[in-house]
Amino acid sequence: MTETLVRTTGITKEFSSVRVLNDISIEIRKGEILGIIGENGAGKSTFIKILSGIYAPTRGSIEFGGVAMDLRDAKAAKLAGVSLIPQEFNLVSTLNVYENIFLGDELRLRGGLLDRKGMIARTRELMADLKASVEPEASIGALSVAQKQMVEIAKAIKIESKLLIMDEPTTVLTSHEIEILFGLMRELKARGVTVVYISHKLREVKAICDRVMVLRDGEYICLEDAGALEIDEMARRMVGRELSQIFPPKSAPRGEVLLEVRNLSSPGAFSDVSFDLRAGEILGFSGLIGAGRTEVAEAIMGIRRTSGGGIRVMGRELVPRSPADAVAAGISYLSEDRQGSGVLTSFAVKKNVTLVSLRDYARPFIDSKKELERTAFYVDRFEIKTPSPEARLENLSGGNQQKVSLAKSMDTRPKILIVDEPTRGVDVKAKHDIYAFIRALADEGLAVMFISSELEEIIGMSGRVIVMKEGRAVGELEGDRVNEEEIMYYATGIKGGL
Amino acid sequence: MAKKLLRGDNALSLIALVVLFVISAFASPYFLQVQNLLNILKQVSYSGMIGLGMAFVIIGGGIDLSVGSMTAFIGAVAILVLNALGGGALAIAAAFVVALLLGAASGFFNGIIVTRGRVAPFIVTLGTMAIFRSLTLYIGNAGQFIAQGDKYSNMGMSSLVGIPTAVIVFFAFAFALSVLLNRTRFGRHTCAVGANEKVAAFSAINVNVTRLFSYVITGLMVAVTAVLLSARMNSVNSSNSGQNFEMDAIAAVVIGGTPMTGGRGTIWGVVIGAIILGMINNMLNMLSVSPYLQGTVKGLVIIAAVFIQRGSAKDARA
Repeated sequence: MTETLVRTTGITKEFSSVRVLNDISIEIRKGEILGIIGENGAGKSTFIKILSGIYAPTRGSIEFGGVAMDLRDAKAAKLAGVSLIPQEFNLVSTLNVYENIFLGDELRLRGGLLDRKGMIARTRELMADLKASVEPEASIGALSVAQKQMVEIAKAIKIESKLLIMDEPTTVLTSHEIEILFGLMRELKARGVTVVYISHKLREVKAICDRVMVLRDGEYICLEDAGALEIDEMARRMVGRELSQIFPPKSAPRGEVLLEVRNLSSPGAFSDVSFDLRAGEILGFSGLIGAGRTEVAEAIMGIRRTSGGGIRVMGRELVPRSPADAVAAGISYLSEDRQGSGVLTSFAVKKNVTLVSLRDYARPFIDSKKELERTAFYVDRFEIKTPSPEARLENLSGGNQQKVSLAKSMDTRPKILIVDEPTRGVDVKAKHDIYAFIRALADEGLAVMFISSELEEIIGMSGRVIVMKEGRAVGELEGDRVNEEEIMYYATGIKGGL
Repeated sequence: MAKKLLRGDNALSLIALVVLFVISAFASPYFLQVQNLLNILKQVSYSGMIGLGMAFVIIGGGIDLSVGSMTAFIGAVAILVLNALGGGALAIAAAFVVALLLGAASGFFNGIIVTRGRVAPFIVTLGTMAIFRSLTLYIGNAGQFIAQGDKYSNMGMSSLVGIPTAVIVFFAFAFALSVLLNRTRFGRHTCAVGANEKVAAFSAINVNVTRLFSYVITGLMVAVTAVLLSARMNSVNSSNSGQNFEMDAIAAVVIGGTPMTGGRGTIWGVVIGAIILGMINNMLNMLSVSPYLQGTVKGLVIIAAVFIQRGSAKDARA
């Protein structure tokens, strides 16, 4: 019947006597797509790092194709046919695409010189397989995040591997790109390659995986056929308690128009974008990556130059020359790139919370006690798990960092909040929390511009959705029309006349 | 207070200071004499004051190599102003004012090219380092600027209850700038800019103004040093006044526990770092080590300080 590729026996891992993985004994079948799900800290990444030889387990053994595997050797694992697409990019930005793909594995001519032509041709083939428009000689720095992910995937599938492990590969991809990736996974599967797939996106796990393993706090919970496990049930087992609903109920009340954007244009980014945003409303912004949603937010925040059109905040014209102007007008922005432009990981929680609103605490000397009080307020309200308000942010999990980022955005007491990919890379529980907080803030009268590439959350959160494509707002959906099909019709240009 | 000192970035340097103090005390009976200790403090006060300003530049992610020749340049101009006005009390006041204005302007010049011009601080201040020295040599015809009258020199040699004025000024500025770094928006913003410029910009912080101001502060501290030092020497030598001050100032900052990568730092650490350097020099003198070898020791101490910081940063992460 089904052949077993990997058999793990009693895999246990401890870091300085803290057990992060306990007694995992499973079989992975040849040619299956196995999903691994669990909250952050459940042990998923540790498990696959052990599978790929990066970590040695504290106890336990692994058989690979019937042979005991050397557990301390990433190179041996690689030779045996295990390849890993890590969660974080491992690309050298000063090298170009093909140089990255063949880094450490360069093709050489007989004299020892590099076989550039061969590598470029092979890269082109790989990109064609991925249906990705990435030039082999493009520099990494010039690529979009999604393109970088494609390069990372190409690097892993360059060698015909027996076991391909993917750690959250779809976080930065759009629905369209995810479809291509899934197509590729099915093709690999048909060729007998086993795929281990880690994701927070349960809907995707359900769609692509044959079987699903659930981990919670380092413990094995279950391993079942994906067909037999409903999404709600997956979430319940991951969290270990009932998540009544992923999304809080929508509320209808709408107040006055707080933000009016009229025919706003920015050269090379977007043009002629108009919309109204009301108090208490959550307005979704959907579209493929590169459609110009973040750019619109940046223009409103004064980070990006505009060439035409206007912005009015509470009836008053705003020409933001810097984020300070936008903040003064009552707008706050939660950036899509948490560590790149959102929070200072080397700063204490407290100092992040008050970074934008510091004026309220300094007259002229910073009132440290008041800072602590406000931080305590947010720790409580947003359920931030931190050892102390003085702890550096780098010691917090992604979900808690994001909550701090939300606190930072809210501490300027904005009337309008722009959130850009607010749940990127956070676990299910934190996601649920963040949805509830944003909903609660809107119910208190905040106007929310909700930018996301995850259709599920756009649909779950927004009363109204603006779909952007190639720098234009091509559709506005409301009520029943806020659904996956309609949004994709506009995002891909089937509807909307572009 | 003591507890606070032991916690932060300057914990290691404080321990090093204490260890060094004990070793020195055993190495030479002369070391513990009050006059010797005051001498050490006086010697480190001048470049130490510059280090206080330099700390802001380094925390903000920059560096200023021009401070040594800027010291000579401003000192020279201060003496020219003093002499032109006759060397009296008013002349001293005028020299001070001109020096401060010139220091602010010089710092502004460095800062505006770094921020608006987007030229790497290393290059900008390497350039102005050459410019300030060359201007000083040109104005002074490669010779000495000598102050007229006794008043200026008296000020330079003055002391309060036995403590040299320069030392008192050094500690007063250390206190003031420590408050500026730790308890004001500007200080917090400087750390944020050095930690991650993009996050700072997205957080409605004016990155350019923050950076620019850190160079202006350094220019002002150079001006204070230039006046006090030229007054103490009663002269400025156009070719070697202020020589290697950039090295001593940067060394004090780094030995004090502020990482060269910026983002955080400590002002009292600069004081500790400066005193450590002074104590090492003092000990080498007392052990009659060749003065030509003192640079080697200083160099090794700087490298060791950064090496140890690197190690402890790694521990903190694990």
